[in-house]
Amino acid sequence: AVTRRLCILKGIYPHEPKHKKKVNKGSTAARTFYLLKDIKFLLHEPIVNKFREYKVFVRKLRKAYGKSEWSTVDRLKDNKPSYKLDHIVKERYPTFVDALRDLDDALSMCFLFSTFPRTGKCHVQTIQLCRRLAVEFLNYVIASRSLRKVFLSIKGIYYQAEVLGQPVTWITPYAFAHDHPTDVDYRVMATFTEFYTTLLGFVNFRLYHSLNLLYPPKIDGQADAELKPTEGKDYAMDSESYLEKLSALSASLARVVAPTHEDEVEMDEFPVEGETAEQMDTRKKEQEALEKHKKLFEGLRFFLNREVPREPLAFVIRSFGGQVSWDKSLCIGATYDVSDPSITHQIVDRPRVEQQVVGRYYLQPQWVFDSVNAKLCLPVADYFPGVLLPPHLSPFVTEQEGDYVPPEKLKLLAMQRGEHPDEESEEEDEEEEEEEDDNEKEEEEEDESEKEEEMKLKKMEEQKTQSDKALPVKVTAGKLRLEDRQRLEQEQQSEEKRLAIMMMKKREKYLYKKIMFGKKRKVREANKLAAKRKAHDTALKEEKKKSKKARRA
Amino acid sequence: PLPSTPLQDIRNTVGNIPMEWYQDFPHIGYNLEGKRIYKPIRNKDELDMFLEKMENPDYWRTVQDKMTGADIKLTDEQVELVHRLQKGQFGDVHFNPYEPAVDFFTHEVMIHPVTNRPADKRSFIPSLIEKEKVSKLVHAIKMGWIKPRKPKDDTPTYYDLWAHEDPNSILGRHKMHVPAPKMKLPGHEESYNPPPEYLLSEEEKLAWEQQEPAERKLNFVPQQYRCLRAVPAYPRFIHERFERCLDLYLCPRQRKMRVNVDPEDLIPKLPKPRDLQPFPTTQALVYRGHTSLVRCLSISPSGQWLVSGSDDGTVRFWEVCTARCMKTLPVGGVVKSVAWNPNPTICLVAICVEQSVLLVNPCLGDKLLYGATDQLLESYVEPEEERVQPVQWVMATTEEHRKGVRVLVQHSKAVKQVTWHGKGDYFASVVSDNSNMQVLIHQTSKRWSQNPFRKSKGLVQCVLFHPIRPYFFVATQRYVRVYNLLKQELTKKLMTNCKWVSSMAIHPGGDNIICGSYDSKLAWFDLDLSTRPYQLLRHHKKALRSVAFHKHYPLFASGSDDGTVIVCHGMVYNDLLQNPLLVPVKVLKGHVLTLDLGVLDVLFHPTQPWVFSSGADGTVRLYT
Repeated sequence: AVTRRLCILKGIYPHEPKHKKKVNKGSTAARTFYLLKDIKFLLHEPIVNKFREYKVFVRKLRKAYGKSEWSTVDRLKDNKPSYKLDHIVKERYPTFVDALRDLDDALSMCFLFSTFPRTGKCHVQTIQLCRRLAVEFLNYVIASRSLRKVFLSIKGIYYQAEVLGQPVTWITPYAFAHDHPTDVDYRVMATFTEFYTTLLGFVNFRLYHSLNLLYPPKIDGQADAELKPTEGKDYAMDSESYLEKLSALSASLARVVAPTHEDEVEMDEFPVEGETAEQMDTRKKEQEALEKHKKLFEGLRFFLNREVPREPLAFVIRSFGGQVSWDKSLCIGATYDVSDPSITHQIVDRPRVEQQVVGRYYLQPQWVFDSVNAKLCLPVADYFPGVLLPPHLSPFVTEQEGDYVPPEKLKLLAMQRGEHPDEESEEEDEEEEEEEDDNEKEEEEEDESEKEEEMKLKKMEEQKTQSDKALPVKVTAGKLRLEDRQRLEQEQQSEEKRLAIMMMKKREKYLYKKIMFGKKRKVREANKLAAKRKAHDTALKEEKKKSKKARRA
Repeated sequence: PLPSTPLQDIRNTVGNIPMEWYQDFPHIGYNLEGKRIYKPIRNKDELDMFLEKMENPDYWRTVQDKMTGADIKLTDEQVELVHRLQKGQFGDVHFNPYEPAVDFFTHEVMIHPVTNRPADKRSFIPSLIEKEKVSKLVHAIKMGWIKPRKPKDDTPTYYDLWAHEDPNSILGRHKMHVPAPKMKLPGHEESYNPPPEYLLSEEEKLAWEQQEPAERKLNFVPQQYRCLRAVPAYPRFIHERFERCLDLYLCPRQRKMRVNVDPEDLIPKLPKPRDLQPFPTTQALVYRGHTSLVRCLSISPSGQWLVSGSDDGTVRFWEVCTARCMKTLPVGGVVKSVAWNPNPTICLVAICVEQSVLLVNPCLGDKLLYGATDQLLESYVEPEEERVQPVQWVMATTEEHRKGVRVLVQHSKAVKQVTWHGKGDYFASVVSDNSNMQVLIHQTSKRWSQNPFRKSKGLVQCVLFHPIRPYFFVATQRYVRVYNLLKQELTKKLMTNCKWVSSMAIHPGGDNIICGSYDSKLAWFDLDLSTRPYQLLRHHKKALRSVAFHKHYPLFASGSDDGTVIVCHGMVYNDLLQNPLLVPVKVLKGHVLTLDLGVLDVLFHPTQPWVFSSGADGTVRLYT
């Protein structure tokens, strides 16, 4: 168990030997192999001694309990050995960027642990620490406006932020009580969390300082005054209400230096050598788009109804510059009321809303997430309460050539380019429907004409047979075989290719076949999806038509 | 007082025992006479109980004595006692709990002591036990056993760990470290409201459920929810995080080099078949007539006549250009092999039928020519002394003579192959036997046969004469042995790398051999290069049945059980340094698969770039 903990803390992983049989003394049974170097490296770790001390401590304590020597118990508890993981963090991540690159798992784990119940499974302190660190990180993301993508999946909510140029992705579960599985070893997870909390704490510290924010974070403005009495403690955060206030994510944070509005000094342009003007332009454009994206919700005031998940929405809205509030009874930190006339959007997740206030949009929460992913405020019509929502697409997918692209994505891309395909397409739809109606008529006509043709043909055949009887030997006119030049050439080329493939070496042939198989499978999958979509669309259309007809009747 | 009536005398005679013991009996204990003391009769039902409750004014103070089972009415004093106990008061009415307290020891200093006891001596002298304890502690401190309490660590938990980024701290370890791959980012199908095409249909869902969890492409079933409110918690969230943790510390990591090649680059650059013309491209003629598998083909040196032998027991002679069957020769047995004498001045065909080789004069073409052949055969004079021969040479009977058969060479076992020497005088036959009598070489002019080998080296598949030099090729299952007939020795042994050689052909130049094998390989040997194949071609999908070289053009063909004939360009350069160039130029299809057999024999026309193939469907086809 100690080795396992050490491996986890020091980030040592097994190695696959080149000659498994040789290493395994002839047997091919599955075993994990570590490098000898790694194990020696673990031996040098000072924390090994701490672990031993702790073991001794536990033994002594047990003995004292057994003998009911309460004073000894107290003394032992007083001198409980503790250890720190700072040096391991530093050793594993010699630079800050390294730490940022490895932040994904740390964040996901902390967010998971912060949702655990305070009883059983793991120490309360760990859970509280995780919650604190997670909230701190969220506040940093809000302050730095570094959130880029959000995705509501069935597993949880994925977020992607760009922290100092590094994409950091994490997932948070939906806010429900966990059904704790029995086949999960919580000790392993706890060891990981132990390391991750240390890492995340240091990362948070550094990140806050990079923005000139106070760490531990303090809420800006008047909130400070209320909290004077608790400031005597080491951590103002230790008081629960403060953490709650912070986790409300509604207030901005105090800065070490008073924020000056000179932040937005235009970036100096450093022409990079070997870069053409075009590249410069595109870069500039990207920069502008990014700035615009960061200010997506600036000037908008949101109100969250009590049935929508408050934390993710508040986090997303605030990190794109919007203002957000909620019912006072729902959570601490509400800044304005439902009746505030300046509210522009109200996020609602119920089939219909009574008492709508004029002057604000009532929208489903998906609008917020979709707008963030689309990098523009989407038209609101699709997201009214009770409306069938358009599909929620993953922002993490970048379609390559040949991949299947859902039509919604195409529409979105067109919208991003500045076109407005919606109305057109709707019109088209209507037109299409009309056309289809026409088509049906035409088809009927065609059917009739076909029948006529058949009749004619039959007559002809009869005539022919009669003539055949007259002349048993018949000379049929030779058919003119139209040879398609292109097709012939293509055929020839494909045959040449086939013959060349025959001459490939065995190994190359294998590789070639593998690559081609992969390609074909990809195409097949894309085709399958497209076919499925088509079938679905036609089914939908037919249903629509039926309902229309029914209405007409 | 004396007991007045026996009824009142119900007393407990059993003592303090659990009364359940008497539950099932009508009595409790016995009296002095040993008679049972009966319980008072209790057979009241609910109604009686109720009536009693209503009528009896003392019902509330009636209790049942458990010891005797009798009802007892409590007296007033007893009732009062119960009340007092219920209130938590003392049972005794006269007990006063609030007696006035006498203060013996007060906070006020009094002039007189309460007790007059003098102080102990031990209160004046220092305690020895304490001294001992202190000295023990002092000793422990001196010896370093007791350490002062550590001061509380008051450094902040978090600080700027990376304040001084030391470039030296990046060790070799970090360069060797393989960072764990990040988790796969979710696609559209993981959305809570995915596009409809990503949802699984019923069959797909069933298939997903039947798959092993490790084999599944998606580890969840895509689902659609109407609104965000309806999305439930994901039950496997903790599992997934835990599995990720396991991956992080238990999975071996390895840098994998991904091959990043364009598949088109892998295809070798070969000269285009168009530039390598002429070669047969289309099926021109079909020779129909045989009713069973056509096993073997041979063509006259002039290229005018074709002979084919079949399993239906006939040999047919065809005119090549018209596909007309000129002659049918019933031989009464499966024809394993036919071979037309390569000498253009002799018109003779050797045919393998069961245990004999027939030499047949087909009587086709120039009358002078076949007449000369007959004369040549008849001019044979029996030698004076009888020679011991492994076979019997028998002259044909008149009946057979009329059909064209001239000589029969009768072997002891079934013959499977016959092949002529280039001069047309010698021919070799292969007997399916396991002894050293497998290969026999016969001389037609002297009607003389000999067995060249003393020892059997395995099952001989086919034999071949070198077209120019006195070499003889013998193919066994896995090797081809080359014998020098003049020196009578083994020159070379070619390893074919095949499991079972089926056929063999030699380049007219005599330096290259191709071997077809039943494991669908074709091996090209360059005799000057090495004893291993210069190239192994795996063009066919099934076993190769026969291979053939063209006499003039750089072409060779192979026929296989998959029903195709593949024609390849096989250029052999005079320059010894340049390796032969092998390019497949055409896949010819046409034969119908029957009994899992396709093409049984292929043959090139001696002058034209045409190829004949005989198939299991009973046809012979010509491709031009």
